[in-house]
Order: sequence, then structure tokens, then C-alpha cells
Amino acid sequence: MKVSALASGGMILSFGWLTGCKPSAKEMLEMPKEWFELNSYIKIGENGVVTLYSANPEFGSNVKTSMPMILADELDVDWKNVIVEQADFFPERFNRQFTGGSQGIRQGWKPLRTAGSTARQMLVNAAAQTWNVPANEITTEAGMLYHKASGKLAGYGEMASIAAKLEVPKDVPLKEIKDFKIIGNSKKNVDGKSIVTGKSLFGIDYKKEGMLIAMIAHPPFGMQVKSVDDSEARSMPGIKDVFVIETLRDDYERNGFDTTTFTKLVVVVGSSTWEVLNAKKSLKIEWENIQTKKITVQGWTGKQEVTIPAGLESTIGHKERMVEMSKKKANVLRKDGDVELAFKKAVKTLERTYYAPHLAHNTMEPVNCFAHVTADGAEIYGPTQAPEFIMRTLVARLGLPKEKIHIKLARMGGGFGLRAYCHHMVEAAVISQKVNAPIKMIYTREDDMTYGIYRPTYTAMYRAALDKDNNLIAFHVKGGGIPEHAVHANRFPAGAVDNYLAEGWQLDSNITIGAFRAPRSNFIAGAEQSFLDELAELAGKDPIDFRLELFERAKNNPVGKDNDYDVDRYAGVLKLVREKAKWGEAGSKASRGVAAYFCHNTYVAEVVDLTIENNKPVIQNVVAAVDCGIVVNPDAAANMGEGGIVDGIGNALFGELTFVDGVPEKNNFHQYKMIRQKEAPKAIEVHFVQNDKEPTGLGEPLFPPVFAAVANALYKATGKRFYNQPFAKELKKDIDLG
Amino acid sequence: MATFNLNINGKQQSVDVDPKTPILWVLRDHLGLVGTKFGCGMAQCGACTIHLDGTATRSCILPVSSIGEKKITTIEGLSEVGDHPVQKAWLEHDVPQCGYCQAGQIMSAAALLKSNPKPSDEEIENAMNGNLCRCGTYLRIKAAIKTAANA
Repeated sequence: MKVSALASGGMILSFGWLTGCKPSAKEMLEMPKEWFELNSYIKIGENGVVTLYSANPEFGSNVKTSMPMILADELDVDWKNVIVEQADFFPERFNRQFTGGSQGIRQGWKPLRTAGSTARQMLVNAAAQTWNVPANEITTEAGMLYHKASGKLAGYGEMASIAAKLEVPKDVPLKEIKDFKIIGNSKKNVDGKSIVTGKSLFGIDYKKEGMLIAMIAHPPFGMQVKSVDDSEARSMPGIKDVFVIETLRDDYERNGFDTTTFTKLVVVVGSSTWEVLNAKKSLKIEWENIQTKKITVQGWTGKQEVTIPAGLESTIGHKERMVEMSKKKANVLRKDGDVELAFKKAVKTLERTYYAPHLAHNTMEPVNCFAHVTADGAEIYGPTQAPEFIMRTLVARLGLPKEKIHIKLARMGGGFGLRAYCHHMVEAAVISQKVNAPIKMIYTREDDMTYGIYRPTYTAMYRAALDKDNNLIAFHVKGGGIPEHAVHANRFPAGAVDNYLAEGWQLDSNITIGAFRAPRSNFIAGAEQSFLDELAELAGKDPIDFRLELFERAKNNPVGKDNDYDVDRYAGVLKLVREKAKWGEAGSKASRGVAAYFCHNTYVAEVVDLTIENNKPVIQNVVAAVDCGIVVNPDAAANMGEGGIVDGIGNALFGELTFVDGVPEKNNFHQYKMIRQKEAPKAIEVHFVQNDKEPTGLGEPLFPPVFAAVANALYKATGKRFYNQPFAKELKKDIDLG
Repeated sequence: MATFNLNINGKQQSVDVDPKTPILWVLRDHLGLVGTKFGCGMAQCGACTIHLDGTATRSCILPVSSIGEKKITTIEGLSEVGDHPVQKAWLEHDVPQCGYCQAGQIMSAAALLKSNPKPSDEEIENAMNGNLCRCGTYLRIKAAIKTAANA
């Protein structure tokens, strides 16, 4: 860690090219005359005001508040004196500027605590030197340094200039968990005031002098641009140019987050959004079918050749191919014992198949990006979860060294995985380079919803066998998907059953997919936990007791070695939800369903209570029990949990994107049903297991199990099992059929 | 192109634009008032909600030529310093996650409370049903509206 005192403004000055985004200084806080930087994350003014950098991009999971809270606690400052600033993308200064996988808090925990405690030690050392007393006699509290014996005291601001010049101490001890003052005490969203007053925070809000507006047109899946008649568009008011760009060539070796979707786009550039929108509508574009192509992708698991097949795909065709594939042999992912032999000995068996369609992310802020590319460098500002994944491609495509490409991180109007794929940054940069001007590219909602990078369509067949005592003796899951399956072979109930078989198959597609809130888990949790509910019923057992028996088995006598869960924590959330939801107690008129799941390092159990009113499900209450270790920002954590539950219920009941001949059948919210205020649960309770374990994330884990809790509650309400998402469609079908 | 004199947040503003331009883009592109958000362009998501003479209105399909003398209020003009009871309640309940839809939610909520100071749960649900939030903050939105109603 290199430490130096910087003049006023510090690193903000070095990135001064974006003047539209001023630091959001807290009201009433007097700004210091000078800042002293203690490390990449922390600078302190001579008056004791502290600036903490939030390195990760913020898409609504509260990292911009919660992660600086960790710094502040170890630094031992008063939260009232803290200003949080969004850092730019700066990998030399910050660890892992990536928001996704529910990993922000988990992977930031140690580095942030270390950065905070090290800076605190430097302030202590500065005071020790100044007062000529031993450092270990100096204590700190809320931004103050004390030496009891001599009665000396000073604010951090008074020592900051000296501290900033000191050697960086190594192996500074971290606080005891019991001594946390900020961690565990709810702090309000640092951007709350800016959000409720409509300040410019998002990429789409950005404006620069001389900036033009760009929009794109893309083909249906399986097609590409053949020709464009832009004669009308060119003559329309405000239009500067119409052209076709190629963002990535087919022979460019991609990483897993580079797009393979639409690499040739028709672009319209003009002075205002409305003018460009009208010109875009006037384009007469002829599309042609693509040929099958192979793309090399360097993913996390190595280099892979991915086939993009020719053809215009439809949902009906996908379903037919899924049925065919499910009859064929699949890849064995894990095998314990002998499932087939166990089935022969079974007294009862159950086999069920589950299905889920593609889903669109539908972030409320449509895809957009600002770029200004010149021979001297590139400025890029837009919503991104993963700037590090796109830098290599920007370097290759723009022909600029990475030192000359500056990515600034906008607050994102939702992410949910979509914005890990930064094709929009490449597109905006290529457009700016072409027109030699600053541009802001904006997708219409229709462009956004039909662009791909969807949650894949999945299926899974489950089979289970019970012996005469209703013990689970065999469990078989065979999952498939287009273009990936969702089976996690080492997850529960692997380890809890002697005979276990997990298989997977997948089919190529030219409809592109991507991470979508709790990838794979967002389907397989619903399928698995619905199946276990039905299996418990077949076994004549309470669904919670049935699961707890399996956990007991996995604890006392586990099968296999690679079981990917902690039995006690998994069982713990089920026990907590049982208590908090008063499971098994009479009195409620609502129908109840339960589900539990472990993914993204966090354990969750949920109970949904619903009624059917006017043929529609009304979610009366949801009780969640969560074990994510230490809860950094409790109220924000509850908010995140509530959001995951609401989003999960919405997608379970309504989420669906279907295709005909490569064309999505929905392109805006009049067709794509999202959960709204009227369908939201009437109440949600999120309970956290209290323990001292290192914290894990919350953006994803509450989302997957609620699909099954809803399905299981719907079964109780209607007497019918729900195997196919979206459930509201199935419910309607049942009612229509009488 | 034509010139329009608009009353926005209590100030007269003049713009020279295509008469069909939705007021959303006049606010965002021409007047720098970016608090009003683009979400769908077809009055389906509520992110663009403004007040037109005090009534919640979707600005993304409202041509500038249709405004006439009507008074426009945007999130920037809802209160002088961000202390409208609805804004305060939003902060108290720490409603936002990503925050993108929240200006529209607040504008819908403020219009509701103006016409119905003590709405029932059902009235809140009806009034707010046009405002989408993919983050799923609906329960906090409802709770904040109740807090604002009791302020």
C-alpha cells in the first residue's frame, strides 16, 4: 500500500473529467480545506471530516452504505462525520470492484476491516510520535485520540497530516466482534436524500457539453443486419448520422461476460432523444439469417468453444427439444450408491418434472451508457456491475491502452446480473469513436427487453424412492436447460441419501442468456423444494420435520465428501422459521407453504401464507429466517430480504418470456407482467440468526426458495401441484378448465 | 419546431421543440431536470410520473403541446429542500434500493395524499399500482405513505 498526502480533492481531481457528478457531501458537514489520504479507501480532512470510498458499484444492494460502515467501524469514527464517495474503476487501488454473486460484503469484510484498522493505527502512531508517548497507551473513540495518563487528546483531523506520511503498519489487530459500534447498527442509505429529491445519480442522467444521443436497432435472434434504408431517417430533424457498427468480430476470443448476442447494430445519432427515437422508427432494415458459428470463450473454467446455431428458435420448439433430451442419456454429475437398485426395492416412488421459461431482467433503468472516445483516451460512464470484465475488450476494440480508458461507476437502476455484461460500454465507445463526439446511448424498453442475456429456460426431472418406513432411500435429479442446466450436484439432499444420482444436459441456442439474480438456483431451488414438499406428503411427514430428518442423517452419517452445505446452519434456519411463523399452530385461514435453500453462502427458510380471492392468489404474509452470519446493516438487510421475496413471488407467479421464430413475444410492460403493489405480500418478516460468523451476502439468497414456498402454499390452497412457471398462468388454466 | 412556455416547478421556462415531444424528454434533455425517469415510454411503469396541476400524470406519453397553462411539478420541485412529508417518510423508512423508480413512486404518493389525506390500504394499492419497482420495495412504499399521511 503506497501512502501519500494528496492535495485537496485527492483522487477526485485526478479523475476530474466528469464534472457533472459532484461528491455528495452530507448536509451540514463543513468541508475541510485539505484532505490527507491514509489509504485507497480513506482520507481525512484537517477538521476531522472523513471520506470513505465505496469501491463496488451500487445497484441497490446497499454496498455503498454497508461496506463503508465496515471501514468506519474499524477506523473508529463517528458515522455522522463520514462522507461516502463512489470510487471510479481503479483496480490498482481497490480490490474486486464487482457487484454480483452476493459477494460484496463477504469478500470485502477482511480487506475493509484491515484498511480501517490500519488507518486507525497510523493515526494512533502519529499521536504517539507527537505526544512522545507509547502508542499502546493511546485509545480512540469516535474520531478522537486519547492518552489518559497525560490527559492529552486530539481529533483525527489534527493528526491526519502526520499520519499520512507514516509507514503503513503491518498485521494490525482487528476489533473484537463485541466491540463493533457501527456494524450491526442500522444506517440509512447514504444516497437516500439524493434519490428522493431526484438528483442526477444514474448513467442515464448524465450529460456533457456537446453530447449527442445514440440509439440502436438490433435484429431478432438468429438474424443479422442485411441492409438498411436510412433515407428517411437522415432527413429528419436533429439527426447527425445513421450507420452500422460491428462491436466484436466472431473470431475475437471472448471472456464469459463479452456478448455473443448482437455484434452488428444499426445506430442512429442525433441531438435529442425524441428526435433519435423518431428517426429509429423510420428505419427500414432488412435482416437475414445467421449461419451457425463457433465462438471461443475464455471462461472461469477454461477455454471453451461455444456454438451459436443458425435458425429461428421458438418456445414451443424449445419445449419439444426438452422432452426429447430428457429421454436421452445425460452427463452424470454425481453418483452415490445405486439409484436404480434402490428403486427396485422401493415401497413408494415419486417422479415429477418441473419447467421454467426464459426471464428478462427488466431493470427499471434501461440499458444506457455515456462514452467520449478521442485519440487521447476514453471516458466511459454508465451502469456496470463488472468494469473489470470489459476492460480487456475495450482495450482491444478501441486500440487504446488501459491507462487511457477511464470507467466511472454510475449508480445503477437495478442490475440483477444483467449489468455484468457490459456490451453497452463497448457499443457506446465504438459509436463515440465513430462520430468523434461525446455520446449517450439509450436503449428503449423494447430494445432492452428483446436484447437477450436472459435467465435461461430450464427443466428438471426428480425421482425419489421411499422404503416401508418412509425413509428416503433414493434420489435422482436430471436437469436440463437451454443453453445450460441448473443442477448443483453437491447441494442438499446430496449427502443425506445413500443412493443419489445427479445428471445434467444442455442444448445450444442463439437466444443468449446470462446471470439473473441467483443464477441456476433461481430455478432449481423452486423445483427441488416443491418436490421435497410432495415427497414429504407421500411419506406422511410434516415438510419441515421431513427435511430436518434428512439433515440429521447428513450430519450423523453423511454420504459422500463434497456436500456443499453446513447441516447445522441449514437446519437452523428451518427451526427459526418454524418458530417465527408458528408453523403447525392452528388459527390461520391462509394456506401455508415452506421452503429452504442455501446458495451464495447464505441459508434461508421461508414460509408463505396465501389465500385465493377472486381466483387470484393473495400473499398474506411471508416469514423468512436467514443465516448470513454477522448482519452489517440490519434494516438495509431486511429491505434486501423483502425485495428478494417480492421479486421472487413476482417472477414465480408472472415471469415469462416466450419466443416465436426468434422474436420475443413481449417487448414492454404492457405485455410482460411484473409484480405490482396490489400483488405484493401484505406483510413480510425477515428474521436473522444471531451469530458471530463472518458475514455473507443477501442480494440473491432470499429469492430462490420463495418460488417453492409459493408453489407449496398454492397446493394447500387449490389441491393442485404447480410444476410449471409462471404459476399464475397455471392457476388460470385450472380455473378456466373448471 | 415550436416554442412553448411552460410553468415548471413554479418557474416559467421556454423551450423550442417538436410539439409532439413528450414532456418527459423536454424535462430531461432540454431543461436538465433528470429526476423524472424514463422506464417504458408507454405509461406502463410510472417512473416518469409528474404532477400536472397537482394530478399524477405519466410524462412519457404526454406531448408538450398538450400542456398549455397547466402547472408542472417534478420531483425537483416537490419541495424546496427535500422535506415534503412523503420525502421525509421515504427517508425514515429507508425505502429505496436501486432508487430508479422512487421519484415516480414519490410523485404518485404525494398526489394521492393531496387528494386523499388518509387513504386506506386498498386506496394506496390502487393509487400506486401503476408504479413498478423491480427491487420489490412495495411494502416500505406503503408503510412510508401511511407515515406521511399521519405526519
